[in-house]
Amino acid sequence: MSSPQPLHRALGLTDSELESIREVLGREPNSLELALYGVMWSEHCSYKSSRIHLRRLPTEAPHVLVGPGENAGVIDAGDGIAVAIRIESHNHPSAIEPYQGAATGVGGILRDVFTMGARPLAVMDPLFFGELSDARQRWLVEGVVSGISGYGNSVGVPTIGGELTFDDCYASNPLVNVLCCGALPTERLVLGVASGVGNLAVLLGSSTGRDGIGGVSVLASAGFDGADGAESLDDAKRPSVQVGDPYEEKRLIEACLALLDDGLVVGIQDLGGAGIVCATSETAARGGVGMDVDVTAIPLREAGMQPFEIMTSESQERMLAIITPENWAAVAALCAKWEVRASIVGHVVEPTIDANGRAVAMLRVRQGFDGEVLAEVPANSLADEAPLYDRPMARPADLDAVNADDPSDDEPVGSPNDDLLDLLMDPAWVYRQYDSQLFLNTVVGPGRDAALLRLAGPGLPYSERGIALSTDSNPRWCALDPRAGTALTVAESVANLACVGATAKAVVNCLNFGNPEHPEVMWQLSESIDGMTEACLGLGLPVIGGNVSLYNESGGHDIDPTPVVGLLGVIDSLVAPPPGWGWREGDDIVLVGTRHADSDYRFPLGGSRWATRRGRRGGHLAHFDAETLAAAIDFVTGEVAAICAGSPSDVTAVHDIGGGGLAVALAEMVAVTALGARVVELEGHAELFSEFPGRFVMATNDVEAFLARAEVAGVPVTHLGTVGGQDFRIGSMVNVSVEEVGARRRGALEESLAAVG
Amino acid sequence: MSRIGVVVFPGSNCEYDAVAAVERLGDQAEFVWHTRTDLNGIDGVILPGGFAHGDYLRPGALARFSPVMGAVERFAADGGPVLGICNGFQVLVEAGMLPGALQKNRGLTFLCQPTTLVVSSTSSVLTRGASVGQELVVPINHFSGSYTCDDETHDELVRNGQIVLRYKENPNGSRDDIAGVANKAGNVVGLMPHPERAMSMLLGSADGVVLFESFLGVKVEQPALAH
Repeated sequence: MSSPQPLHRALGLTDSELESIREVLGREPNSLELALYGVMWSEHCSYKSSRIHLRRLPTEAPHVLVGPGENAGVIDAGDGIAVAIRIESHNHPSAIEPYQGAATGVGGILRDVFTMGARPLAVMDPLFFGELSDARQRWLVEGVVSGISGYGNSVGVPTIGGELTFDDCYASNPLVNVLCCGALPTERLVLGVASGVGNLAVLLGSSTGRDGIGGVSVLASAGFDGADGAESLDDAKRPSVQVGDPYEEKRLIEACLALLDDGLVVGIQDLGGAGIVCATSETAARGGVGMDVDVTAIPLREAGMQPFEIMTSESQERMLAIITPENWAAVAALCAKWEVRASIVGHVVEPTIDANGRAVAMLRVRQGFDGEVLAEVPANSLADEAPLYDRPMARPADLDAVNADDPSDDEPVGSPNDDLLDLLMDPAWVYRQYDSQLFLNTVVGPGRDAALLRLAGPGLPYSERGIALSTDSNPRWCALDPRAGTALTVAESVANLACVGATAKAVVNCLNFGNPEHPEVMWQLSESIDGMTEACLGLGLPVIGGNVSLYNESGGHDIDPTPVVGLLGVIDSLVAPPPGWGWREGDDIVLVGTRHADSDYRFPLGGSRWATRRGRRGGHLAHFDAETLAAAIDFVTGEVAAICAGSPSDVTAVHDIGGGGLAVALAEMVAVTALGARVVELEGHAELFSEFPGRFVMATNDVEAFLARAEVAGVPVTHLGTVGGQDFRIGSMVNVSVEEVGARRRGALEESLAAVG
Repeated sequence: MSRIGVVVFPGSNCEYDAVAAVERLGDQAEFVWHTRTDLNGIDGVILPGGFAHGDYLRPGALARFSPVMGAVERFAADGGPVLGICNGFQVLVEAGMLPGALQKNRGLTFLCQPTTLVVSSTSSVLTRGASVGQELVVPINHFSGSYTCDDETHDELVRNGQIVLRYKENPNGSRDDIAGVANKAGNVVGLMPHPERAMSMLLGSADGVVLFESFLGVKVEQPALAH
């Protein structure tokens, strides 16, 4: 038995952080106060390792209504409609309890969005697991997907896309990111602010239990010890995973939106990580007012809960509304209709004047509103004043050797034909389990380049516009060069939106990295942020929100850097669907964009799926060139947007060339249309499988007209071949039947999941 | 012009979509909260999709006890048209207003995907404007959509033309590929697919229009629905 550690360390606070707390308070904190700081100063809540770097991201544009730091970013989409978007991670809980971890991730992100007054309209889920040859990974995939399905479908928000990546680096640290987008009439935008002394803080929704205590600190702000990534790492932390109830959340959404519609709330805030202490301290800090919270007024799920448990519990499906006393009766009646519990748990009070005459927004936890003060801490010190760390950074010592070991000269192992079939995978098994159509907005759903939705929903003014969403990441690229890899990921995302005719408007990011106390990880994070900054500045995009998930490590091994880019775009007129991948017999197939990469190699294979499948993880990436990318992207966006606006066009298909390269893009179009293609001889297998963004496969039934338009736009086009027949051929390298392409692609995922092991 | 009541239980989620489908064809729709006990002035009732009362216990098992269901039963007994879509179908079955039961899908996963339906009978308020053998592309979106019933009930359904829609390719293990059934009188219909999601080519299919037109008893100019 080891001797018990001091309380502050057990709560995740360092010795120097304890010293900072003593300075803030001017006295020794009691154990409840320590518990409040423990959760609020956790990495997950405070961004203490990343905040100094995040400041470098560009965040402004004329259409940005709310930038980073609020519950969700918001843009003006036109026609009196604002669109709110947010992305988060639920990695650590999902590693331990995949169903509930993923389910509560959906619940949490929805609350972030309807907190802004927006009705959640779409969810996307980028998922990362280890290879499916491992039985534990299959258990994780099935658990996470059924958790998203079980919660998302029931709560009534469509899941319209995501990503699915398998790589051994996630074997012990699966990543479950979740993005939510919602819309609201622009004038209804609300912020999580407490104001008006005498107002009431009303807790809505579920009772408070012991689930999820320390979720942000014990779970999300530390790595896993288990070296084998197996059961050993899980059991002790399982009680820190919350349990979700989508039916409670559904009623909570409807009740909160009705409260906002009726103008009954002054401010509203979701309860997520760090529970009541987070919601009350953030609203009080933003409003510059004090808040008295009565722990005895909070409805509890079980007996004998201690004040620190009540204040830090992460029980799901709860919201905090700030209301005037006059509106209490109306609020209570409306909540009763929706069978949502509402309890007055706090009072907004005057700020406290400190010894220097300054007003301090003080959070007081009391035993009864007039009872004993159990804790008394400045709200800002909890919410905004966690210590910031400029942690040491170091470029990984082996990176030069990794870069030098370039697979671009490797010969194919089998035939290019076999290598191609090996790369095909249809994620339909995943997205078939998600309701992707609710609200009748989904013009392009999951499994394509980007999702495209009508900009419509209950309570919104009429609009002919649409919004497009894409999530993208490429850890293979980012492991080789986190700066260029992240910049190229942003470019890839913008290119995906182009395929549905939408112009990119705003970025949100979810930065999934390893242990920030490893200097190599901090270097990766810093480089990645610089790459995102470069790309966003180059392509004119603001970053309006994000999330940082650190400590994705197990047994001392960090995941590859995994910045996930969520991109929101707008299309001005959406009256007809974009062409998608649906080419037709006899069409000409063209490659739009530069044929060769801006790189030492004409067709770099470093970081490609082709190389990674062969265990080759070294090499260099193409360079990021904003001007060349923007030219191709603008051209494609214009071509597709015209079709969506109802104009006749010779363009019959558009597909971004992404993971797997040109050959995979072509094979996917063959698979979904069941129409073959005859493509000219290319420059070897590297051209088939090289991955660099800014290239598109398009099909046209009037190639002369198409080439003429591309020439005017100054965008290079390469004629690749024609559509037709029941064979898919690329020169002398690929020759496979349409049927086999379809069967291999369809079966890949389900066969892997069904493997006995 | 009809006035359609769309019943809303806590946990319903397709109520707005049902209203949109009705309004698209030029009729009026209004929400009917589940605690109401009368349906005054309503010409037809839709029980929409979703997860009424969280689908706790079993889909539809609690919703059948909501106060509004008494009024819906009286309305149906008087010959009023009642349509249950997905969860609404599950509620009608639990309430005993339609025969049979809905089990978990074969494969035990939720399924959201387009299906091709074949019209099997036109003696119902939902299919009277369609023709037998007509194929309609309409999406499904359910976990518990595998229709089942005993042999005797099945014989009766066949005999009376109560099987109104069948899947061309059975996605969920439903007995006899059944996608939708009617009561004997044909005025109460339930189906697992979502015709309200198939009202516009912009969203991939407008084949739900013929079903809603039948239900609403109206004919609308086809070109207006082209996009």
